[in-house]
Amino acid sequence: MSTFVRHIRPSKGWSTLKLRELWEYRELVLFLIWRDIKVRYKQTILGASWAIIQPFLTMVVFSLFFGKLGKMPSDNLPYPIFAYAALVPWTFFANGLAFSSQSMVASANLVKKVYFPRISIPISSVLSGAVDFGLAFSVLLGMMAYYGLAPTVHVLWLPLLLLLALTAALGVGLWMAALNVLYRDVRYIVPFLVQLWMFATPIVYPSNLLPKFWRPFYALNPMVGVIEGFRWALLGTETAPGMMILPSSLVAITMLVSGVIYFRRMERHFADVV
Amino acid sequence: MSIAIQCDSLCKQYRIGGQAPYQTIRESIVNSFTAPFRFTNDLIRKARGTDGQNRFWALKDVSFEVEAGDVVGVIGRNGAGKSTLLKLLTGITEPTAGHASIHGRVASLLEVGTGFHPELSGRENVYLNGAILGMKRHEIVKKFDDIVQFAEVEDFVDTAVKHYSSGMYLRLAFAVAAHLEPEILLVDEVLAVGDVGFQKKCMDKVSQLSRNAGRTILLVSHNMGAISTLCNRTILLEQGGLIGNGPTQEMISQYMSVTEDRTNQTLAERTDRRGDGRLQFTDAFFCNSEGQPIAAALSGDDVQIALRFQVQDNVELRSPLFKFFLRDTYGNMLFICSSKLTGDQLSTITKGGIAYCSIPRLPLVEGEYFLEINCAVDGYHYVDDITDAAKITVVRGDYFGTQSQYKHPYMYIDHKWSVVQDR
Repeated sequence: MSTFVRHIRPSKGWSTLKLRELWEYRELVLFLIWRDIKVRYKQTILGASWAIIQPFLTMVVFSLFFGKLGKMPSDNLPYPIFAYAALVPWTFFANGLAFSSQSMVASANLVKKVYFPRISIPISSVLSGAVDFGLAFSVLLGMMAYYGLAPTVHVLWLPLLLLLALTAALGVGLWMAALNVLYRDVRYIVPFLVQLWMFATPIVYPSNLLPKFWRPFYALNPMVGVIEGFRWALLGTETAPGMMILPSSLVAITMLVSGVIYFRRMERHFADVV
Repeated sequence: MSIAIQCDSLCKQYRIGGQAPYQTIRESIVNSFTAPFRFTNDLIRKARGTDGQNRFWALKDVSFEVEAGDVVGVIGRNGAGKSTLLKLLTGITEPTAGHASIHGRVASLLEVGTGFHPELSGRENVYLNGAILGMKRHEIVKKFDDIVQFAEVEDFVDTAVKHYSSGMYLRLAFAVAAHLEPEILLVDEVLAVGDVGFQKKCMDKVSQLSRNAGRTILLVSHNMGAISTLCNRTILLEQGGLIGNGPTQEMISQYMSVTEDRTNQTLAERTDRRGDGRLQFTDAFFCNSEGQPIAAALSGDDVQIALRFQVQDNVELRSPLFKFFLRDTYGNMLFICSSKLTGDQLSTITKGGIAYCSIPRLPLVEGEYFLEINCAVDGYHYVDDITDAAKITVVRGDYFGTQSQYKHPYMYIDHKWSVVQDR
């Protein structure tokens, strides 16, 4: 008989984050990611190409309306690649947010019947978007070759920028996932939020449209730092995003930490109310 | 012996009515504004002693201990708190008050096939489900062949489980769970899956786990046959409270004798009855052979069907005939018991009483049955007749006294075999 003892009692106040327990269940997180990836494009005709079609078609539409007709400035880059370089990380963020906010409710049956750290559900649904990101990113590289653009050395920052997008998506996603269990309004809020958020992020326009003074405040939107960073690292835009990355990262980390705490606080009721 | 599970005044309260299980944001904003008023209201209500009317205790002050290596049954009627108890012990939900400690690695099986994804193949689901139930990847790899073999789905491992028959699906799901190797296993009503042969296999697996591997098992079931075969001790729950904890056979008979709160009103108030009404049935229920009312009868036990009646004033019913028809839940009539058929001469009735029909070795299989009850005089002149007058419950028991777990389709029939060999 092992000496492992588990105590079951009502928890009081703010519970601990139990990150060690999450680590013990890391294999489950991997399995859940693997399941989400396997299942996502089952029984579709186009399969995983949806991961490319979505950002690509959006880019085409944007290029037509904002680039061609709207004559939107694009940091002296061809508008299609200007938009697509932003849409790739944005799609990763938006899908991650959407999937994770629905994840707890979608896994209600699991939550009611088996115990495991509940946080592994939203985490795995955000991470499962990484494959889609990879596919869309390969198209981005192809487009860069087509336009004859070589990535700068700053491309080494790319993993960190991706991590920033992940942090932001998971931070907001955790809040939304926990809130969604209690308030089903979240289902209607998230698509709306994502739409508004997109226009608060320099996807169709460059951030240098804003006066210099306001840019650090603008960058309180963590996706501003991510997207300016992507363009800077890959396409060599002039707006070095240093002053933007800092506020973006601080906000993203704050959201993640508060999201984890809020999720932990709420999770004890999940099985009863979901 | 060391203690594996210790529960100390475990309580779980749920809200009913009053508030929806989940709120919309608007409701919770409104609530937050009315909260101060609610607080005072609560105080008033507490003072009046009416607090808690829309809350109920799914589990109240449950304390018990389970020793390592014990196989403990948990029985009780629906809503008694059995599943809530398991949910608390697994950590799925938190207790409202009280404390429990669990010494050892726990795995739970509250449902077969939790987390199975219909689009994934059998192989993929084994890995996924195993991980969800807490197995490590290398454990699953090691046991994969055993699992598939146990489930008898060798030829279909790479087919999506949505194309499985329901039997294959359940077998595969149970097989994964059966290969868990926790020190403590909590099982909720999952042994009743698949066909008869597979059920036997499941039962064998559970008893093998407890006997050979020394696992501690907590088993919730309505199948008294399984409980009495597998469990050496049993806990009896009733309306969230623990009302018994002891040897399995004692607990099962205690469970059977718990009388349901019956409202005699309903039958007496029924208007959809035929007959002249000189006699009216007021209740119909199961009794044991001593005439004690029982909530449910065990197959193979000597039981009585009791029909309580009252008669109008100044009425004299000479040589009354009592009869009931028994139907299953699908409405098939299974048999008729009639005092006319048996030729029992019943005495003249002038006041209320109970008519008993005794049935030796109840031949019904587990399930629910409906009674149509009937009283007649002068041959076929109906005095009272009510269809679906009562629902009776039969629990699986050991009809043949051989502890066979064979699931019978409709009824048992008493029989004997012999062989005469050719000379």
